[in-house]
Amino acid sequence: MARQMLTANRLRDGAVLYWRGGGWVETLAEGEVHADPAAADAALAAAQSFVARNEVVGTYLFDVQPDGTPVKEREIIRARGPSVRDPILRKDGGKQAAAPVPPVPEDPYNVSI
Amino acid sequence: MYRYDEFDARFVAERVEQFRGQVARRLTGELTEDQFKPLRLMNGLYLQLHAYMLRVAVPYGTLSPKQLRMLAHVARKYDKGYGHFTTRQNIQFNWPRLVDVPDILADLATVEMHAIQTSGNCIRNVTADHFAGAAADEIEDPRPIAEIIRQWSSLHPEFSFLPRKFKIAVSGAAHDRAALKFHDMAVEIVRNGAGETGYRVYVGGGMGRTPYVGYVVSDFVAKPDILSFLEAVMRVYNEQGRRDNLFKARIKILANALGADEMRRQVAVEFEEIRTSGTLTVPAEELARIDAYFAPPEFEDLPDDPADGADGMPRDIPGVDPDFLATNVHPHRAKGYCIVTISLKPIGGVPGDATAEQMDALADLMDEHGMAEIRVSHEQNLVLPHVRRKDLPAIHARLTELGLATPNAGLITDIIACPGLDYCDLANARSIPIAQKIAERFADLDRQHHIGELKIKISGCINACGHHHAGHIGILGVDKKGVEFYQLQLGGSGAEDASIGEILGPGFGKDEIADAVERVVEAYLTLRQGPDERFLDTYRRVGIVPFKNVAYGQDLHAAY
Amino acid sequence: MPLIRGGQFVDDPFFFVPDGKAYPDEKGAIVTLARFQGEKETLFARGLPVGVRLASSENPQVLKADLPRIAAVVLEFPRFRDGRPFSWARMLRTRFAFKGEIRATGDFLYDQLASMARTGFDAFEVRQDFALDDFRRALAEMTNVYQPSADGRRTIRDLRAG
Repeated sequence: MARQMLTANRLRDGAVLYWRGGGWVETLAEGEVHADPAAADAALAAAQSFVARNEVVGTYLFDVQPDGTPVKEREIIRARGPSVRDPILRKDGGKQAAAPVPPVPEDPYNVSI
Repeated sequence: MYRYDEFDARFVAERVEQFRGQVARRLTGELTEDQFKPLRLMNGLYLQLHAYMLRVAVPYGTLSPKQLRMLAHVARKYDKGYGHFTTRQNIQFNWPRLVDVPDILADLATVEMHAIQTSGNCIRNVTADHFAGAAADEIEDPRPIAEIIRQWSSLHPEFSFLPRKFKIAVSGAAHDRAALKFHDMAVEIVRNGAGETGYRVYVGGGMGRTPYVGYVVSDFVAKPDILSFLEAVMRVYNEQGRRDNLFKARIKILANALGADEMRRQVAVEFEEIRTSGTLTVPAEELARIDAYFAPPEFEDLPDDPADGADGMPRDIPGVDPDFLATNVHPHRAKGYCIVTISLKPIGGVPGDATAEQMDALADLMDEHGMAEIRVSHEQNLVLPHVRRKDLPAIHARLTELGLATPNAGLITDIIACPGLDYCDLANARSIPIAQKIAERFADLDRQHHIGELKIKISGCINACGHHHAGHIGILGVDKKGVEFYQLQLGGSGAEDASIGEILGPGFGKDEIADAVERVVEAYLTLRQGPDERFLDTYRRVGIVPFKNVAYGQDLHAAY
Repeated sequence: MPLIRGGQFVDDPFFFVPDGKAYPDEKGAIVTLARFQGEKETLFARGLPVGVRLASSENPQVLKADLPRIAAVVLEFPRFRDGRPFSWARMLRTRFAFKGEIRATGDFLYDQLASMARTGFDAFEVRQDFALDDFRRALAEMTNVYQPSADGRRTIRDLRAG
């Protein structure tokens, strides 16, 4: 059975988010992998309260492999940032390349929205 | 250049505040995402794969140094230090925050810029020949009519919720540098038998899933009647364009379903009514008033150089790279002047990108040489339209320092590419890395010059933002079960000899596509009847078969 | 549903009568185009105002001959993204010189009110909690306009000419 993760974008700044334990985190690595389709659907349903509160938009589930790598290239790129190789000009290598380390939220797995 | 008067300034300022209100209503939830989406798109704001993306209009591709500096400021303050010039004379910022966008727009408004109608199902930013007002082959500068169209289409109450987006391009030259026939509607400045200038209007061109070359819907529209005519076309489209199927909603589908004769008949009926009502007539004084803004700079009386070629082009200027002269310097209508293409296609770079530092430095360069404007081309390059030939050595030297003197305009490494899967929410495959790979493969300049004019255009999905249908070699990225594949198309052209490329066959993997392109190019070199026969000409002479035979190679061929 | 007309909340002088239902006493009736075409003379014979409701796919051209006897044309927005009613309203006003009420019903947004007013709508069926102040604000967000429409407003070009 396919494993799935849940993602969305934060409304106010567009940042990519992943679901974990009833809230959101900013990296794929911290996100929650659902082995059970029913659990994935439950997460998607729970996430709708964040949509209703205008905190996130565009919630959807995507498939990941047993090692947690997304099946589709699209989701790999979404998680890692643009794959543009050896950019001469661009300074947007993605999340790993982001210079400032985000402040640690009170609940380490729940980013304030 | 056009200058806003009090009315234009107020209009844009109020539009910014209107959008600020819409953003605030979205954040409180008064607007749902479904309701907000068309409203934000109409102001150029997308939500892409990683973040919001703001598309700012560069109307008819013209920018002043002040505007260029503002784009640099936006890139630095609100984004990641660069901007990306698109195939429709816009600039995109890939990382703005929704909450900042009203402030970005307010900053842009201070230099008479905006993001109005750069997306959404409305009349989009009007584009024009990037050599406008400078080209040697021009009947008339297309920008005054483009500005008149811009104003008419801005927040048009009847045409802001069309079946689908609607793109208009304008050109006034014999050589089509604006891809007229691939636009929903296009206006070409022509001269009739009586020697009067007016407009030929095309409709129904487009790329995407179902590409069409537009057809002529009127051979000659008199100048005062142009807005009445455009409005007539818009009304036929708004009333009859399909709304049941997103993929069939563009005017090209309606234009093809009705056929040219019926389209002309229906437009003529609407046109007659609008024209006789007189409300949209463009009076001669209004045209003259707008024309005056676009008056060319006072060209100095500069001498001819006896060493120039027959086309008036400099052959050899000490201190200027001859390769640069050959590809990036173009004939100008005034003696002693030339047009310079600034390639945004460094080998290995991202097609169309410019950093904030480069934009600032270009603005300084313009000021130093008294150049009032710079242009954005649909080929994702910049253009200095009025360069004194005697300034070329200094300008070339500075461009070289800035990494902006790549001498490849019109050559095989001057590749158009959409943002692709690296940024775009709709894409199926990456475009930029493919463009980089191909550019690196053909990096050798002698080889590029030996190949000559060859336009490669890459799209990461069927929507064709990278114009692959119109590439001499077009590349379309597709997704096959989560894996990226690339189809080759040959023989497209976006110029006056517009044609849609023909699909070669099954797609290539991302590590095979550069090899396949190389084999096609090598085949061309053996097939061509001399160095003056362009790839496109050879293709048109010999057809697709000789290319098909080599493109897949021995090993690959077996695989399919 | 509250009705704004002439910039005020007004009592609706019409009932919308679904196909197959009886006409109300003493009140004007709004009917679908199909019903209008079938029962036109009966309707006019009632001596009460007659309104016709058009789906967004129905071109008001079909009403042309009857417009002088029609008090209201109701244009339906099935989804706010369907922009045909803007063209229908304008056609009614400028081509057919229709002087009666043009009413908007269905799914439309605050953000579309100004364009609706410009193209000829003068009546709006709004949701219960809609405030008149918002209606006025929507119409005032943009002071000037670039293009002529059915409202006869002076355009920016007219204003420039003085």
